[in-house]
Amino acid sequence: MEYAEGRNIPALELKGISKSFGTIRANYNVDLELMNGEILALLGENGSGKTTLMNMVAGIYYPDEGQIYVDGEEVVIRSPKDAYKYKIGMIHQHFKLVDLFSAAENIVLGVNDGNKYSIKEVNDRVRQIADKYGFNIDPKEKIHEMSVSQKQTVEILKVLYRGADILILDEPTAVLTPQETAKLFAVLRKMKEDGKSIIIITHKLHEVLAISDRVAVLRKGEHVATVVTAESTENSLTEMMVGKKITLNIDRSEPHDVVERLVVKGLSGHNEEGLKILDGVSFTAYGGEILGIAGIAGSGQRELLEAIAGIYSPEEGEIMYRDPKDGSEVNLRKKTPLQIRELGVRLSFVPEDRLGMGLVGNMDITDNVMLRSYRSGRLMLLNRNDPKRLAEDIVKDLEVATPSLSTPVRKLSGGNVQKVLVGREIASAPSLLMAAYPVRGLDINSSYAIYNLLNEQKERGVAVIFVGEDLDVLLALCDRILVINSGRVTGIVDGRTAKKEDVGFLMTKSDGENVSEGYGTAGGLGSFGPEGGNA
Amino acid sequence: MKIIEFLLSALAIGVTFLYGSTGEIITEKAGHLNLGIPGIMGIGAACGCAALNAMLPESSDMTPFLPPWLIVVIALLATLIGAGLMGLLYSFLAVTLRANQNVTGLAMTIFGTGLTKYIFAGLETKGVKYIWALPYFRFPFNNTTSALQYCGVLVFLGIAVAIISSVILSRTRVGLHLRAVGESPATADAAGINVTRYKYIATIIGSAIAGLGGLFYVMDYQGSQEAYLSVEAMGWLSVALVIFSLWRPYISIFGSFVFGALFILGSYLPSFGLMVDVATANLIKTLPYVVTIIVLIITSVRNRRENQPPASLGVSYFREDR
Repeated sequence: MEYAEGRNIPALELKGISKSFGTIRANYNVDLELMNGEILALLGENGSGKTTLMNMVAGIYYPDEGQIYVDGEEVVIRSPKDAYKYKIGMIHQHFKLVDLFSAAENIVLGVNDGNKYSIKEVNDRVRQIADKYGFNIDPKEKIHEMSVSQKQTVEILKVLYRGADILILDEPTAVLTPQETAKLFAVLRKMKEDGKSIIIITHKLHEVLAISDRVAVLRKGEHVATVVTAESTENSLTEMMVGKKITLNIDRSEPHDVVERLVVKGLSGHNEEGLKILDGVSFTAYGGEILGIAGIAGSGQRELLEAIAGIYSPEEGEIMYRDPKDGSEVNLRKKTPLQIRELGVRLSFVPEDRLGMGLVGNMDITDNVMLRSYRSGRLMLLNRNDPKRLAEDIVKDLEVATPSLSTPVRKLSGGNVQKVLVGREIASAPSLLMAAYPVRGLDINSSYAIYNLLNEQKERGVAVIFVGEDLDVLLALCDRILVINSGRVTGIVDGRTAKKEDVGFLMTKSDGENVSEGYGTAGGLGSFGPEGGNA
Repeated sequence: MKIIEFLLSALAIGVTFLYGSTGEIITEKAGHLNLGIPGIMGIGAACGCAALNAMLPESSDMTPFLPPWLIVVIALLATLIGAGLMGLLYSFLAVTLRANQNVTGLAMTIFGTGLTKYIFAGLETKGVKYIWALPYFRFPFNNTTSALQYCGVLVFLGIAVAIISSVILSRTRVGLHLRAVGESPATADAAGINVTRYKYIATIIGSAIAGLGGLFYVMDYQGSQEAYLSVEAMGWLSVALVIFSLWRPYISIFGSFVFGALFILGSYLPSFGLMVDVATANLIKTLPYVVTIIVLIITSVRNRRENQPPASLGVSYFREDR
């Protein structure tokens, strides 16, 4: 590309950027241009490599291949310090702030401009910048006394204080209320008028349309296209984001003898930050089918599963579990995991945080298996024989690659850790099996091993709930797919007939929008129960 | 007059804890719980005394080759270097190799205490000449016989170090960065602060300062050849003083005086007309720990963020840990 005039040189340009973590390719050959004084939205599904790409610009990661140009000059960015040198600042999704410090102390942290350090002067300068862009903040207030949106303001001020001309915001609206989002957008527009160039990472389509000048779409780590926002619609963006359907070779049997196993009604609750994370969630899970749950990360999937498992207590609604033996019903809401077990509910949960919530990393396979059953012993001392036999079975049946049964599980690879966890949960002969992102980080073979295990459970009449992020997998594995969006169920579609774009649209559509109006091909949409489809 | 002697004496012994706790506070502000302080104080004393032994002539009647002030300065340097090296060793283990901080610290104390006894035993076989340097340390009160004699240069140096540390921690950029490292190393790292360098330097400087406490205790406050045997206990009191001071060196100045008073109270009670037996006197020596527990209870109940230890205390930092 040639630049006839100076002002047409992009503020930031990426050429052929690639980055891998082990065998996982996060970015491949990405080209990206950010013009001076524009707001560029970086759009993509979970795991499409948006954050990784921007982390390379911000100096958190270093690219394996490719070049970065700032104002037409090639630069090497090895640390956040380097990034600031080129006037690039990134506002991370997880704030990097010292809780105990005041706003001003956090803002000035790491700045060494040669001036004598005086917190008074810093306070004044922070106020100046805040006034210029319309932020409402007290520089002396401590971070731990602030709301999430105020903390974000501090992060933005931190970047501006360092004189950044290129600002990268990683999902800035994820933690904000709609009013706060509107305020943020007003500030971003002011910064744009001031000549700043801004990249905003997001997967909320209406925000993309509202704030950006152009949209760059990433899919599976690759750059799909950059389009002008004014010429785009939610539909066209969704299509680019989810891409063409890929056929996967996962065996999917027709559900038979389905019975209601879990009926969830009007489940609502807030998360730790006080944001509404579940909003009237209702659905039914049937024994003998796999119910997929699709959604952008953080839409309430985790809280939903944890509510059923008894770890999270939603404020409203009910979770009715129907016993497969006698058909008796019991409400699981606000019960602890132990109470749930004592009620005779055979529930298994494969959490997304395997080594945090699922297994104890420093213990071996036998001990981890025993964690599920140690209460069943009658003597004071533990009986290790049965768990050991079970551990041996898991290792053999699921082909867990481990030097021995006494190897701490943290030393196993991700796939093998997951097999141990799933194996243990399945061994308790559940009637309800919930798995959150069970194939995350696994290679193809391990993933298929997990899919097969889930299918086996389905054949046995277990109600399987599968939270996934790869739409192709969800569409190939699940009988029905529940789509959750900002804590609300935006649709339950048939896994066999639904179109990928439909699901993608349901995941990203903005609040209060009618599904059929927003998207023409509503073929696979609407509530669909197996009792209707398979009668 | 007894009461004044008691107070001055309390101030002097307190300075031992003041050095130790100021050093430990600086280290803990960088997020490192250095439980090696008792051993490091011993090493500091041993290195200082070994240097003195080397500099002093064969007989106490002979005039030393070097002027007294230079002897003191060299002894202090030896202490700083010896204790600083212990800090370097701790840093290498706990920062670079990310060994468990508690284990590393305790190992440093066990190793340091043993090495201290070895060095002092070695000095004893050659004649404990370092004791003769006692008057040099007690300048400018080396000619008095009252309790004022305890208040030598090192007492003032100790208070000065605590005040300077306090100012640096709260009023300077370096202090801000150091506190950030101890609170949230990931944040500091992202802000372009060299976390490893701060941790190393804070631990080494902290250890060196604590080492001065050891030398002060042996050479100045006690001034006896058995003093080294009780340095370790002074080290543990210093660690307790950090908690009592809520990680603030300026509170530590007051706290060290309280600790000192409580620590020697048992031996002064008879002169105030209260007879106590040896067992009770020893029990009274545990009072500093009792008040520390009371402070812990109060701060835990009030639960103010400002009075808590640095948030990342005891946690190793590794950038690629996610």
